[in-house]
Amino acid sequence: MSEHAESSNEPLLRLDALACARLAPTTLSVAAGQCLAVLGPSGAGKSVLLRQIADLDPGTGEAWLRAQARSAMRAPQWRRQVVYCQAEAGWWHEHVAPHFPDADAARAMLARLGLAPDKLDAMVHECSTGERQRLGLARALLLQPAVLLLDEPTAALDADSTARVEAELRAALARGAGIVLVTHNESQARRLADTGWHMQAGVLSPLWQRRPEAAWA
Amino acid sequence: MGVISLSIADLLTAASLVLVSALISLLLRMGLGRQVLWAATRTVVQLLLVGHILRVVFAQDAPWLTALVLALMLGLAAREVAARPRERLAGRGNAWVGGLTVACTTVLTALFVLHTALRPDPWYDPRYTIALVGILLGSVLNAASLALDSMLSGIRRERAAIEAQLALGAPVGQAFAPLVRASVRRGIVPSVNQMAAAGIITLPGIMTGQIIAGMDPVEAAKYQILLMFLLCGASGLAAMGAAWLAMRRLTDTRDRLRLDRLLPERGDA
Repeated sequence: MSEHAESSNEPLLRLDALACARLAPTTLSVAAGQCLAVLGPSGAGKSVLLRQIADLDPGTGEAWLRAQARSAMRAPQWRRQVVYCQAEAGWWHEHVAPHFPDADAARAMLARLGLAPDKLDAMVHECSTGERQRLGLARALLLQPAVLLLDEPTAALDADSTARVEAELRAALARGAGIVLVTHNESQARRLADTGWHMQAGVLSPLWQRRPEAAWA
Repeated sequence: MGVISLSIADLLTAASLVLVSALISLLLRMGLGRQVLWAATRTVVQLLLVGHILRVVFAQDAPWLTALVLALMLGLAAREVAARPRERLAGRGNAWVGGLTVACTTVLTALFVLHTALRPDPWYDPRYTIALVGILLGSVLNAASLALDSMLSGIRRERAAIEAQLALGAPVGQAFAPLVRASVRRGIVPSVNQMAAAGIITLPGIMTGQIIAGMDPVEAAKYQILLMFLLCGASGLAAMGAAWLAMRRLTDTRDRLRLDRLLPERGDA
């Protein structure tokens, strides 16, 4: 294989034996526009994997973003491009607005996620769990990161909101983002993901793969 | 000067006031009687001991002896800073934070004043250095322990907020800013309040002492002003230092929040 071919084949995100006490060495790659779903019981290490990829916990192994080694860049720089979206988002201000640097872009995003634009002027504690979940997701999506690490992004949402979120995730994929999606919802995984994986006691194993022609559709 | 020397009989007379306190406790069944008497005994022993030690140190006028006394004072204050917060950093982290903060801020501010405003001759004259460090330590200890306690007790509460910012690519300094700010504020506020109240609500101890010792009240006031400024600066530095060092211990070079470096909360008290 020529050097040129190798660099053009370089996936968006590549994990090389990423491991910690609760995660067996994990090697996988995510291409641009690809979504990878991780299923499995609670406590199996799904969130641990996402936190490892985001470099939020100490561990071993290496991760690469477009052939750029994680260890070669400062951690905040990595996390701006590989954004971890917690199942229950944290808030560093009691108002919603300070969490969104660009208010206009935020209002447009909130509308697409089925949230009233005036939610931006609300207090965080006044919002429902489902609203907070979508606000947290909007916060991450607005950064337009190269890779999104989503921890049960629709756990607290009704069918309509879930569909809106999935549409927004598809738009991100179409822009060339990569997504690692942790979900308990098998049908959601089938709807969004190109490959399905199973996490059990810190060991990640392949479950299914969408037919190649479907992946290109 | 007109210093009234106190005799043993004078102190015994004053001790009757302690007995009043103990008696009140007894009558109201507060169960504090034993504690009051024990505290009074400690005061007598500790202060007389310090008085005698200082008399020897001042008479010897040997730099090494002064340095030894100062080191002992710094060490005890550092231990107090480490012990006061309810939460503990792993790997003797509290001791590190306490020791570094107390030593750096106290030595820095003491040297500053000894070479600018006070200028005793020699500059390490024990009469000045020991008294100065003694006063400084009180404020430094309070500011540092309050700031450290605020950081360590706040970190669990603020965990989600801090991690959310880190996950979106904020560096540790930015993610910790609100907690550090609140902790430093809590450390500094007492000394600011003390400055604001000085002379109106309370007559500060140093000034009172100097007036009783026969000094002109205005001269005594000037001394007190100098000390107030000094204490304000020292508590500011101490609160900042303790909060910053605690933040360093709770994070690592990859800008992670390392709650594993905070020991599990103890069940008691």
